[in-house]
Amino acid sequence: MTQRAGVVEPPLLEPDDTAGAATSSGGRRLPRGRSATSLTPTSGLGLGVALLWFSLLVLIPLTAVLVQASEGGWSAYWDALRSPQTLAALRLTVGQAILVTAVNVFMGTAIAWVLVRDHFPGKQVLEVVIDIPLALPTIVAGLVLLSLYGPSSPLGVNWANTSVAVFLAFLFVTLPFIVRTVQPVLLEIEPEVEEAAASLGATQFTIFRRVILPSLTPAIASGAALSFCRAISEYGSLVLLSGNLPYSTEVASVRILSYIEGDKLTEAAAVASILLIVALVVIVTLDVISRRVARYG
Amino acid sequence: MGDTAVSRTTTQWTLRVLVVGYLTLLVIWPVALVARETFAHGLAPVLDALRQPEVIFAFELTLSAAFWAVVINTIFGVGISLLLVRYTFPGRRTLNALVDLPLAVSPVVVGLALVLVYSGRTGWLGGSLEQVGLQVIYAPPGIILATAFVSMPLVIREVVPVLQEIGTEQEQAASSLGASGLQTFVRITLPAIRWALLYGVVLSLARSLGEFGAVKIVSGGVAMRTQTATLLVEERYQQFGAVNSIIAYTAAFILALIAVLALVVVTSFRPDKGTPR
Repeated sequence: MTQRAGVVEPPLLEPDDTAGAATSSGGRRLPRGRSATSLTPTSGLGLGVALLWFSLLVLIPLTAVLVQASEGGWSAYWDALRSPQTLAALRLTVGQAILVTAVNVFMGTAIAWVLVRDHFPGKQVLEVVIDIPLALPTIVAGLVLLSLYGPSSPLGVNWANTSVAVFLAFLFVTLPFIVRTVQPVLLEIEPEVEEAAASLGATQFTIFRRVILPSLTPAIASGAALSFCRAISEYGSLVLLSGNLPYSTEVASVRILSYIEGDKLTEAAAVASILLIVALVVIVTLDVISRRVARYG
Repeated sequence: MGDTAVSRTTTQWTLRVLVVGYLTLLVIWPVALVARETFAHGLAPVLDALRQPEVIFAFELTLSAAFWAVVINTIFGVGISLLLVRYTFPGRRTLNALVDLPLAVSPVVVGLALVLVYSGRTGWLGGSLEQVGLQVIYAPPGIILATAFVSMPLVIREVVPVLQEIGTEQEQAASSLGASGLQTFVRITLPAIRWALLYGVVLSLARSLGEFGAVKIVSGGVAMRTQTATLLVEERYQQFGAVNSIIAYTAAFILALIAVLALVVVTSFRPDKGTPR
């Protein structure tokens, strides 16, 4: 990662702030020491109030999920997870999420490359199009996909209520993640480096593999983690699209919902705990990636 | 060199066609079809749908819940951003990572988590709250909590980088000249972060208006009582009949329109284009 010359004086900005991947993907870097001060009485009170609200809204409820999951002990926990229907839902969710993340690694990088290096009329529109899946309410996303891939599709396909629908829904909602983590890093790599490699006789593929890809890897990894996490937790876009058929198109979050509706809160919490743990792992991974980029970038 | 230039152009064209084709099939075409479906029978049925009391109620409820969630998230977000950037305290790094958690947690898990704590029947705190007359689950406060939960990090993610970049020199100068903490914030810090704050608020608002899964679990989705706009789309789409279908499409179209407008605002006014949120 190249250092951006003279943006802000170093003490205020971490040297790694040019590594946009880190900043954009959730691993914000905080300033070390010099510009930050210890708490004053007023800010201490502010911190207390903020932490109270954060606990009431986020920490206590999420803890409640883990406590509820452990209510019946380990055996009940495993039984809930090992019921054939839950197992099928988890297998489908994780399988499709991995598949979608793989597609995103390739397509997300390609889209980011086109947005940064290519110039053509209408490119600005694509910038907005990339973010539509994040901004669109998930239930509307389901309706949107249904219109092209459902029963009245102008393409003549009907993928509603099949596992392809799950794949499409995951693909739609995770579209922006890798694009948005790779894009800023690609912006920082100067085209001159590629041109130098080309003038020395490197082929397009070699340039990409040897010059560009190594700098992009942390960003792609962050984006892939976010993408996987988003896919396994998806619910809204599947409601109208996938039919939620047990053993065939039912995903983990739908399984949780039917447990809640059946008033089986312990079983619901058991499945939820899996999603929660994956979310925590992803958050920690992003933090670690951003720190590594900061150190070696 | 000539060969390289040719292969460069070929690669460029291949990628361009691939990307545009992919985005057309995945996003542009499907979104356009929903717009066309909404207005398939002209404007009149859409306007009729908008006059239905259930539709008016759902949008009013959605707007008021989103409003309160955004107010809470703005105050909390600016406060926590200042604390994270300007102060050191034990656990700061953990808190910095944890505030992103709501974006990573499934909406269904969010709903379940809130029910486990705030449900009047079995919740940890719900029973006591109901004794003092505050029903949270299956009521508007639950909808506000769920909405505030899922959109919580958006303001923080916008404000923190800007606070880091502007540094503390001006703030220190102001306070050394005798400005109070509040004066420094209003005169120096707030103007510096105003654009970031605006983007954060717009993004939170868009996210809040569109929340579905978490709200579905905590609200129960009873028409004219706890049914928000997204829940209305689901219910009406699954019912038979042209009227229900047009209501579902109209509500979905309005939600999509708001989302796209919010995006256009953020994308076109953001000075550093190309960098993500």
